[in-house]
Amino acid sequence: MSLLWLIPLLLVAGVVAWLSERVRTTLPNWISLITFIVATLWVTVVWFSGPDTNGLYANWVQDWIPRFGIDFRFEVDGLSLMLIGLTTFLGVVAVVSSWTETKTRHGFFQFNILWVMAGVVGVFSAFDLFLFFFFWEVMLIPMYFLIAIWGHEDKEYASMKFFLFTQISGLLMLVAIVALVWFNASSSGSLTFNYFELVNADLDSTTAKLLMLGFFIAFITKLPSVPVHTWLPDAHTQAPTAGSVILAGILLKTGAYGIIRFVITLFPDVSQDFCVWGMSLGVVSILYGGYLAYSQTDFKRLVAYSSIAHMGFILVGVYSFNKLGTQGAIITMIAHGFSTAALFMMAGSLQERLHSREMSKMGGLWVRAPRMGAVTMFFVIASVGMPGLGNFIGEFLVLIGAFQKSIVLTVFATIGIVVAAVYGLSLMQRSFQGVPNPNVPKMRDFAFREMSVMVLLMIALVWVGIYPQSLLRMSDTFVSMLEFVS
Amino acid sequence: MHLLWAIPALPLAGFLILFLTEGRLPKPVVSSIGAGSVGLAALLTGYIGWQFVSSDTTEFVSSSWTWMIVGDLDVSFRLWLDELSLVMVGVITGVGFLIHWYATGYMSDEEGYSRFFCYMNLFVFAMLMLVMGDNLLLLFLGWEGVGLCSYLLIGFFHKIPEFGYAARKAFVVTRVGDTFLIIALFLLFHQVSSLNIQDGLLFARENMSEGSTINTIICLLLLGGAVGKSAQVPLQTWLPDAMAGPTPVSALIHAATMVTAGVYLIARMQDFFLLSPTAMLCVAVVGLVTLLIASFTALVQSDIKRVLAYSTMSQIGYMFFALGVGAWSAGLFHLMTHAFFKALLFLASGSVILAMHHEQNMFKMGGLWKKLPVPFIGMLVGSAALVALPLTSGFFSKDAILLKAWKNDSDFSTLFWTVAVIAAFLTSLYTVRMMALTFFGKPQSEMHELKKESLWHPSRIRTVVPFALLAVLSIAGGWLGFEFTGRLFDDKGVHAELHFDPIALLTLGIPFAGVVVGYFLFASDLLDRRILIKNRMSELVSKFWGSGWGFDKAYDTMIVNPFRFIAQTRLNRNDVVDLFFKLIKFLASLFHHILSMFQTGHIRWYAFTMLGGLLLVLLTVVWI
Amino acid sequence: MTTAINIPLEHVFFLALILFLIGAFGVLIRRNIIFMLLSLELMMNACGLAFVAAGARWAEPDGQIMFMFILALAAAEVAVALGLVVQLARRFETLDIDRAEELNG
Repeated sequence: MSLLWLIPLLLVAGVVAWLSERVRTTLPNWISLITFIVATLWVTVVWFSGPDTNGLYANWVQDWIPRFGIDFRFEVDGLSLMLIGLTTFLGVVAVVSSWTETKTRHGFFQFNILWVMAGVVGVFSAFDLFLFFFFWEVMLIPMYFLIAIWGHEDKEYASMKFFLFTQISGLLMLVAIVALVWFNASSSGSLTFNYFELVNADLDSTTAKLLMLGFFIAFITKLPSVPVHTWLPDAHTQAPTAGSVILAGILLKTGAYGIIRFVITLFPDVSQDFCVWGMSLGVVSILYGGYLAYSQTDFKRLVAYSSIAHMGFILVGVYSFNKLGTQGAIITMIAHGFSTAALFMMAGSLQERLHSREMSKMGGLWVRAPRMGAVTMFFVIASVGMPGLGNFIGEFLVLIGAFQKSIVLTVFATIGIVVAAVYGLSLMQRSFQGVPNPNVPKMRDFAFREMSVMVLLMIALVWVGIYPQSLLRMSDTFVSMLEFVS
Repeated sequence: MHLLWAIPALPLAGFLILFLTEGRLPKPVVSSIGAGSVGLAALLTGYIGWQFVSSDTTEFVSSSWTWMIVGDLDVSFRLWLDELSLVMVGVITGVGFLIHWYATGYMSDEEGYSRFFCYMNLFVFAMLMLVMGDNLLLLFLGWEGVGLCSYLLIGFFHKIPEFGYAARKAFVVTRVGDTFLIIALFLLFHQVSSLNIQDGLLFARENMSEGSTINTIICLLLLGGAVGKSAQVPLQTWLPDAMAGPTPVSALIHAATMVTAGVYLIARMQDFFLLSPTAMLCVAVVGLVTLLIASFTALVQSDIKRVLAYSTMSQIGYMFFALGVGAWSAGLFHLMTHAFFKALLFLASGSVILAMHHEQNMFKMGGLWKKLPVPFIGMLVGSAALVALPLTSGFFSKDAILLKAWKNDSDFSTLFWTVAVIAAFLTSLYTVRMMALTFFGKPQSEMHELKKESLWHPSRIRTVVPFALLAVLSIAGGWLGFEFTGRLFDDKGVHAELHFDPIALLTLGIPFAGVVVGYFLFASDLLDRRILIKNRMSELVSKFWGSGWGFDKAYDTMIVNPFRFIAQTRLNRNDVVDLFFKLIKFLASLFHHILSMFQTGHIRWYAFTMLGGLLLVLLTVVWI
Repeated sequence: MTTAINIPLEHVFFLALILFLIGAFGVLIRRNIIFMLLSLELMMNACGLAFVAAGARWAEPDGQIMFMFILALAAAEVAVALGLVVQLARRFETLDIDRAEELNG
């Protein structure tokens, strides 16, 4: 059975979960959890059973609106499969991390999570631009609800900001898609949204540049990169834990995926010319994100800004236009998904226990909850870029790739690693080390539920760190197809 | 040779067991896992080393899985053991084991016993990866790994905020150096298209010309990395603060092994450095400057561990100096002997500190030699080696460096040699001062009531045996080690013997002179020390020296405080970029308010405006 | 076929305009919602009158059809509006339209 049945599975499971709340309030959680576990196992099975002769793990094409050349065109290659696997796995993490967090409307909560994930899987496998945009919107709306309904004190503001940023940039992309299709139709005579035909579209360079910018801005808003990053700290801070996990772990990656899959393949030549700008934006994100992360006193906000810094590495990698950089960006996507999901889950757990995210109200928590301390230490170290853990591989490949392109920018990006150490360790120091805060007399340590997920995430990160070849192999088919001019 | 992989695997296994059991194991089990894994690794190293020496091969290689292959980049988890690695592995596992053993007693009363050995085993693993990796990325893995463990262990007593700060400082400052190292890696890869060390060395020998700019840049970047890890000027400020860690940590990480990683790195990349006289000169100058600064600073410290820390800095300065003047074998030789005697000094000082209720101020000690005979003898032997008295190991290695420096045919050899000799004199001076303050004179405070049962009691076997072995090594290491380190490099070392040429006599005599002068200054009553102390000038000088020549203060004012200021004041917490979007929001809501003023809620008003509007439209139509 | 009394169209339109203006002023001036509705009725019937007159003038049935639409509209409007009046009286306990100004901006 084709892996693409995953999308209807998630959609149906969402509806079932919503309805099942009438039977029992805990039932939605279980339905959602089981769905994600099944989905993860399914992806694993597909992963190990290997691709077909075309290098695809699944594909499905069906007319949708033939008069406009719009099809249901799904394909899952190695890159897509990796990201779909990340999605389903982080789905498990998200459900578990919010297991006790929601107090109301459990069914609708799980419905939204499942529908976001369905949208994301669609985004990662759609090869028709209209279909892609359709799923882009599908994942946006439930996410808005997740923040707006179950968010924290400032949820209205944050959810609206998130919605507006994503929606406006999405519209920009829609305009770019339609224009691209239009220009292609007028030059080739066939009206089609098919990615594989649009790749060969014949555009003059000014048009191509404008269209590229349309896509680019949409994707860097999602990524996000400076200067359109400001929705992220608010959205992350206010979102419920599951929302933050999904947002940081997966939704940001759709932006990166869009750049890798669409921007640089649809507009290869103008992207080449654009690379200095792309890399510079990445470097600015790395440094500015890192600097702002250090300035924060809110645990979650700090992690949110650190995400901006890490996403900067992806931009740098993609726009270095070589195999090393692109592969590095892809590994960073995966590794950052794991490490940040864990840190957001930790933030959620702390908030659940202390009813605060302020680090001034923490301090010395290691004594109260040594397991949580050790786990946090592990993921902080991972996100600081310790060799042997996943994030290092990504950042190293990105930087060594970027070095071939621009030495100066690489040096600045490398300074970001020092900044990462500064804010990472200060996070650790302010929350878990130091004199135990007398206002926190005792705190429940991680139990089996939380620990099992954390251990899985740790194993995943170590796996990426010491055997990244297993992932590099997956994305190799796609990366080798990119035409790099050395 | 099939067991090569097991050397790092043993401490790794120890780490994993201790990590996964989360401190639930009883202490004896933790001890035997923690120290035992390193001990087994040491035994294995002995076995493999013997195999290696008796075989004809120049290297043992143990391959495992591919780490990553992307384009030209091809790195694997591949261990490489040649003579240079073997020396390092021997020191790491051997001295490491003795320190672990000692620590089973030393740490027995502390909270987090299992966590301590967990980190220590991880450290040994990382350090082994550093010296055994056949490619630079694996070396970097170890390099960062030891940095991490150093961070974890300095901040081991995590409840004390200052210790946490010291740990972060160590991590961040060394990371600055690591940045240079990783950029060196990028540049090397750019040039060589490979990160394999042997490929790189081959490339340097065959394709690079002497004095080429790119090679010099690579060397200087590598030096930057080495300087950070080895606490040399200008990145030396973290090491004295790192003494916040438990004393076995200071002995293992901040004296014997990790801080010598920079020396190893430069020695490992020898072929690059040989082609760049500029870089060599820089290495020598860095070493000398550190040597001098650290020696002066050690002279005025009151904390016994800080004296040893500065002493470590200065001895590593000797090693850098040695590498810089081309005394490669002698540098490595000194690395080895230093590991022995400095570990001994730290362990002995640890026993003293525990006996004095965790008191580290030497001015509050005094007269301890009778009460603590075992640490005293240990310290005495270590000090003798440190000041390089004849027939101790330090004598052989240090004199080899000095002689080689003299024979070096560079323009600065005389100057270099003179500075190094002055520093040797200073070494004797501060060592005598340390011994005098700690063990002689009148007791300044009460000692801890020693219970015989206490595990860390200086006469317990787990304290005495490591002492004894290290003491033996501190003396005999010079005779044994020379033959071996002489084989490492082409320079074959310089045999320090009792020559009768004036230079050799001078280097031989300097330590004695230092000891004698030190005795008069610090131990005897013949000279009134107060003359020195009262003097205003000397007060200023001693303050300046004591602060480590003001480096900390300079960095604080130049880098740390400005960064903190812009980050932590509320200047930009809410992100200036967001102001732009806030402006859009503000404009939107402004227009909203203006327009909504027209919506009064009065139906009659609406009707009136409708009619008015209608009239307006009609009139417009009629008139135009 | 009786001869129609020949009233000039202008007169009828003038009457319709006067009726419409009376209605419009009534809507604008009266605050009692009942009177506003009556005024609205007046305005609609003024329109109806104009339609019928114009239909008669040009002998087209459209005018009368339009008037039937207006009748239907008026009936529907009264049904809804009286419901609103009842609600207004119940919620605000007044028939003063100016008191019901909750939808202001």
